[in-house]
Amino acid sequence: MPTGVRAQSVENTMYINTSRLHRFVMSAAVLLNMSTVAVAQQFKVKSIVIEQPWIRATPAGAEVAGGYMTISNTGSEPDRLIGGVLSQAGHFAVHEMKMDGNVMQMREVEGGLEIKPGQKIELNPSSGYHVMFMGLREPLKQGDTLKGQLRFEKAGSVDIEYRVEAGGAQGPQQHNH
Amino acid sequence: MRKIGQNTVWIGATLVALILVGAIYFGSNYLRDDRGLPKVAEIGGPFSLVDHHGKSVTNRDYLGKPTLVFFGFTHCPDVCPTTLYEITNHLKELGPDADRLNVLFITVDPERDTPQQLALYLSSFDPRITGLSGSPENILAAEKAYHIYAKKVPLKDGGYTMDHTATIAVMNSKGQYVDAMHYQAPSATTRAKLRRLLNLGNS
Repeated sequence: MPTGVRAQSVENTMYINTSRLHRFVMSAAVLLNMSTVAVAQQFKVKSIVIEQPWIRATPAGAEVAGGYMTISNTGSEPDRLIGGVLSQAGHFAVHEMKMDGNVMQMREVEGGLEIKPGQKIELNPSSGYHVMFMGLREPLKQGDTLKGQLRFEKAGSVDIEYRVEAGGAQGPQQHNH
Repeated sequence: MRKIGQNTVWIGATLVALILVGAIYFGSNYLRDDRGLPKVAEIGGPFSLVDHHGKSVTNRDYLGKPTLVFFGFTHCPDVCPTTLYEITNHLKELGPDADRLNVLFITVDPERDTPQQLALYLSSFDPRITGLSGSPENILAAEKAYHIYAKKVPLKDGGYTMDHTATIAVMNSKGQYVDAMHYQAPSATTRAKLRRLLNLGNS
């Protein structure tokens, strides 16, 4: 019996410690999240909200780069991403990358990328959607901020800024905490 | 009585034989080096290409070490640089052990990926990765040998992109296909495969 009691009290102490640690980790996580929200880049034009645009740094001699972001449509009408500009690139297109078995396929999204009312579209390396910059005039370097523009069918043009992340990055740095 | 005794001898002998066969079989599995790995498919074969230093090479130049063979092109925004960055990270992590490995990046777009373009592009990755280009016919022959699908797809602006198989073929030191590494496989899986490949190649 005494052994049992002792074991129980040890367990209680451990429980308290764990919950304290847990609370600490949770509050640290909340703080980190708040800082993420504070630095998250957001751009708006009419009903279109663009969050955290980023580009992958390019290897030497690369003539193409993929750009990523989240686009939301807060309005009641569908809209389409139909074009864009990046001063370092000659050409802009919206592409979809798909794996057909083990074969990588890339296609231009015909007629632009549609964003339905209330829809939030993620352009990221796993979703397959990206904006493609072709005819790069110079390598894009990690840590740089690049000015660009997106053009929507209804909302019109909006100036945005892309953060350049590491070449193999899977997401913007703020998400990596 | 005598008959039973004979049966017992036969059963005993059969059991001993079975145990021996089993021991040899399992023993050979334990003792195998990478050359003992079964050849699982007719993937791979002779090729004659040019490396990113401008040197003419054939498949024979890469025998003696396990080899990773990956096809791609430098006008690729996603799969190719991602794979090359991942391989770079793995090689860095393996350190000098990775010297016992060949890594080949063969272009599916020889028209734009000259040896010079490959040299420039690969300067951003681990220097142990070799880029290979060549004449369209020789590239096609290499694609066929490795069962690689590659197709030119025109883009609206007049340029083009390439659909292509994104799998890495893993060849043993005898140039036999032993495994595949798939795009977006968990990093831990690739790491384990590489370590196994190198340990086996070592014993």
